[in-house]
Amino acid sequence: MTGPTTGHVELRPGAYADSVTLLQVSRTVAQLPGVAAAQVAMATALNVEVLAGMGFDVPAEAGVNDLVVAVRLDDPDVLDEVLAGVDRALAESTRRPTGSAEVAPHRTTATALRDVHDEQAVVLVSVPGPSAVVEAMDAVEAGRDVMIFSDNVPVEHELALKRAAEPAGVLVMGPDCGTAIVDGIGLGFANVVSPGPVGIVAASGTGCQQLLALLDHAGVGVTSALGVGGRDLGAEIGGLATREALRRLDADASVELIVLVSKPPAPEVATAIQQYAAGLATPVEPALLGAGQPDLTAAAERVLQRLGHPVPTWPVAEPADPVASVAGTSLRGLFVGGTLAGEARQIVGETLGAVGGGLDDLHGDGHGVVDFGDDAYTSGRAHPMIDPTLRLDHLARVATDPRTGVVLLDVVLGHGAEPDPAALLAPAIAAVAAPVVVSLVGTGGDPQGLERQRAALAAAGAEVHLSNARATRRALELLGADR
Amino acid sequence: MSLDRVATTGVDLLADAVEAQAVDVTRVDWRPPMPGTEADLATVAVDPRRAGANKQAVAAMLGVTAHLVDVGPASEVLGLQRGEFLHAGPPIEWARASGPLRGGLMAGAALEGLVDDPEDAVALFESGATVSLEPCHHRGTVGPMAGVVTPSMWMFVLEDRATGRRTHCSLNEGLGKVLRYGAYSPDVLTRLRWMGDVLGPALRAAVRATVDAQGPVDVTGILTQMLQMGDEAHNRNRAGTLMLLRDLAPALATSGIAPTDVAEVLRFVGGNDHFFLNLAMPACKLALDAARDVPGSTMVVAMARNGTDFGIQVSGTGDEWFTGPAQVADGLYLGDYGPDDANPDIGDSAITETAGIGGFAMATAPAIVRLVGGSVPDALATTRRMHEITLAENPRWSVPVLEFQGTPTGIDVTRVCRTGILPQINTGMAGKVAGVGQVGAGLVTPPAEIFPQALARLAELSTRTHTG
Repeated sequence: MTGPTTGHVELRPGAYADSVTLLQVSRTVAQLPGVAAAQVAMATALNVEVLAGMGFDVPAEAGVNDLVVAVRLDDPDVLDEVLAGVDRALAESTRRPTGSAEVAPHRTTATALRDVHDEQAVVLVSVPGPSAVVEAMDAVEAGRDVMIFSDNVPVEHELALKRAAEPAGVLVMGPDCGTAIVDGIGLGFANVVSPGPVGIVAASGTGCQQLLALLDHAGVGVTSALGVGGRDLGAEIGGLATREALRRLDADASVELIVLVSKPPAPEVATAIQQYAAGLATPVEPALLGAGQPDLTAAAERVLQRLGHPVPTWPVAEPADPVASVAGTSLRGLFVGGTLAGEARQIVGETLGAVGGGLDDLHGDGHGVVDFGDDAYTSGRAHPMIDPTLRLDHLARVATDPRTGVVLLDVVLGHGAEPDPAALLAPAIAAVAAPVVVSLVGTGGDPQGLERQRAALAAAGAEVHLSNARATRRALELLGADR
Repeated sequence: MSLDRVATTGVDLLADAVEAQAVDVTRVDWRPPMPGTEADLATVAVDPRRAGANKQAVAAMLGVTAHLVDVGPASEVLGLQRGEFLHAGPPIEWARASGPLRGGLMAGAALEGLVDDPEDAVALFESGATVSLEPCHHRGTVGPMAGVVTPSMWMFVLEDRATGRRTHCSLNEGLGKVLRYGAYSPDVLTRLRWMGDVLGPALRAAVRATVDAQGPVDVTGILTQMLQMGDEAHNRNRAGTLMLLRDLAPALATSGIAPTDVAEVLRFVGGNDHFFLNLAMPACKLALDAARDVPGSTMVVAMARNGTDFGIQVSGTGDEWFTGPAQVADGLYLGDYGPDDANPDIGDSAITETAGIGGFAMATAPAIVRLVGGSVPDALATTRRMHEITLAENPRWSVPVLEFQGTPTGIDVTRVCRTGILPQINTGMAGKVAGVGQVGAGLVTPPAEIFPQALARLAELSTRTHTG
């Protein structure tokens, strides 16, 4: 059958495959070695015309129910192989596909929420700051509460989100909201607590965690701790999320007392929030942070008193002594919690005057308290509660600095934080000649094990407190600065 | 009250921490948006008009039922004048027109008697003195492939009976060497003349008689049915074509038209698997036109290609076209044609994908997934993927194999920019040289950059509105 032009045309009457299958078969056959051109097609008028255009002679008797196999070969000897290839391609074209039809995950919050039918479900957004508003707005539009863990979110984005949320009764926790407990479930960095009579509204993540830790030690549970973001009570946002969070806790019959943890609000916002709080059935205890305000430990004690609950002794492990050989006079505070650092800076400042917050201050002649969780140190790097390396680097420098008189650290436990912070910190603490005081913020239920962490830190020579305020005052004492 | 499910978008560690508390977690596979779009995405996200505007646009679109109410020459139904040529896609001039568009225009000039030999039309279009080019979309019309419409061509007329709005499309010529693929040989012109002399008038008689007897043919309803019969209404219109014949045949048989002509019409329509495409397209346009001009809406209301440029129009940005270079489809070629022979993407037929069918409904048309050497799971994945960039599901157009989920409807410019997922279009491929005709079929996407362009405009309009 092979002609001098090495073209080959054959009819296969009664064979049928759909045109798309045959296009694919033709392509497969055309790629076989020795094939210059190939067309496998039903002999419709169009295909016969196409074949003629390719230089093939299709027998006149070919009809629409005939399969035409037409190949032009560079090498006439491969014909049998090529025809076998045609049969193989035709057979393969009808094989069933294998492999599972696994459903790809959704790519946006909006589309993911189409499959979340639970009305109570909460959305947790932790994408980079500039994109956070886009994902969070999806949640607001779907009527779902959203916690925005992301930092570096412009305040105008925050305002737009909270304005959109207000009429829908949606709670926007954040942005830069590190901690929340919703119906007993911790979101972000949250401690494991028992349910109880206290509800917290917090514009501060680690401030909230300190309260949770102290109340837990006192045996008082917390049902919900709703974050609102550090700027919520500022003039621009005007407490939009605080009001919604207060409303939620007021509606929860299990909440007997609401604690509002925040920097002092802008004056006009303070008035509005006070008015709002006064209209609630549940009393609201403010725990305001900053100059002239009681510290968080004092606030926790006030909460306990209001509940008629005895104030316990705040635990201290392995009391340290001043080290005679240490001549240094500088207090070095290395923190991962922003509010905890702020509280320490406040307390130290009341005794020693202004305390620097920059890295230079940490390694200078004076006193310095650095928050390694500040945006300046987290760009392109995980939060120090997750990635401790930056703080450990600076702790090593502080340890060998003869000017160091006392070292003050915080360790924050709970969901989301690194699984064993003491493991890396203990050897670093052991290397410090000066006394080391640690505020260990955590609860007995935290996954890292509060007692295990406390023991490891104490064994390394640190004096370990549950109260950050107590730890800070103790550091001042060890420095001899309290006199 | 208890918290049983959390949806997380962002770092896995926080999702893990929630999961460790025995709470179900839905994880979003978030990835950074298209480069340079963060700020515009945020601006549009906080536009207070957007959510409501998109709801309004979607509702308007889904509320339209397209009826076939008439058939008539473009001179009559569009008022198209001698020398006026409509074409597919965004606006373009002869100098930048691709081979198949030029071929279609040359065939059209010969059909209208402006020249005797189609080759002579080149000079006519180069001088431009007595001819003008305008997009079909600007005249309530859509045209497949080259989309050339001239005054003597017969058009389907579709109407939204609630508002009286109308859209139009020419009659489908069949496959192979045809005007819409840029062919202009004598047999192409002979067929077009027969369509004007016999097919058009016969269809007019049948449609008008059907309207009188039982009301107009519900094209949207046929689309609903054909999507459950293996058609996706862009590259496969087999069931739709036969249902149209079923609806028109009785009136055609009793129309008084010569039985030989009736037989030829039935044979022509029944033998052209794509005949219904030219009804699916204007039905989609009729629905999408209802969603136009909603301030703040980010919904795409048209995707169209002229063989050189791919353009989109968006509800919130009026009649502005956002354009980029049309891509060459990836697919299978007829005969010994190959990628070098193919023209970039052409035609208004992507209006089907804009409305949520065609490539968006691949899952319902497993018979054609091999166009891309794909498999049935690929088809299911394609339709599911399109849900990531669309605003809604069409409750009328459902896909049995996906548990009757509605087709993904209403492409959202912001979601395309957020996910980088481009609309998937099923298409035919025209030869790049005028006169060649069809060379294959396959899958294609728009050029990615037109979506950030449209987004930037939406952001600009949003800012302007906010600041007064």
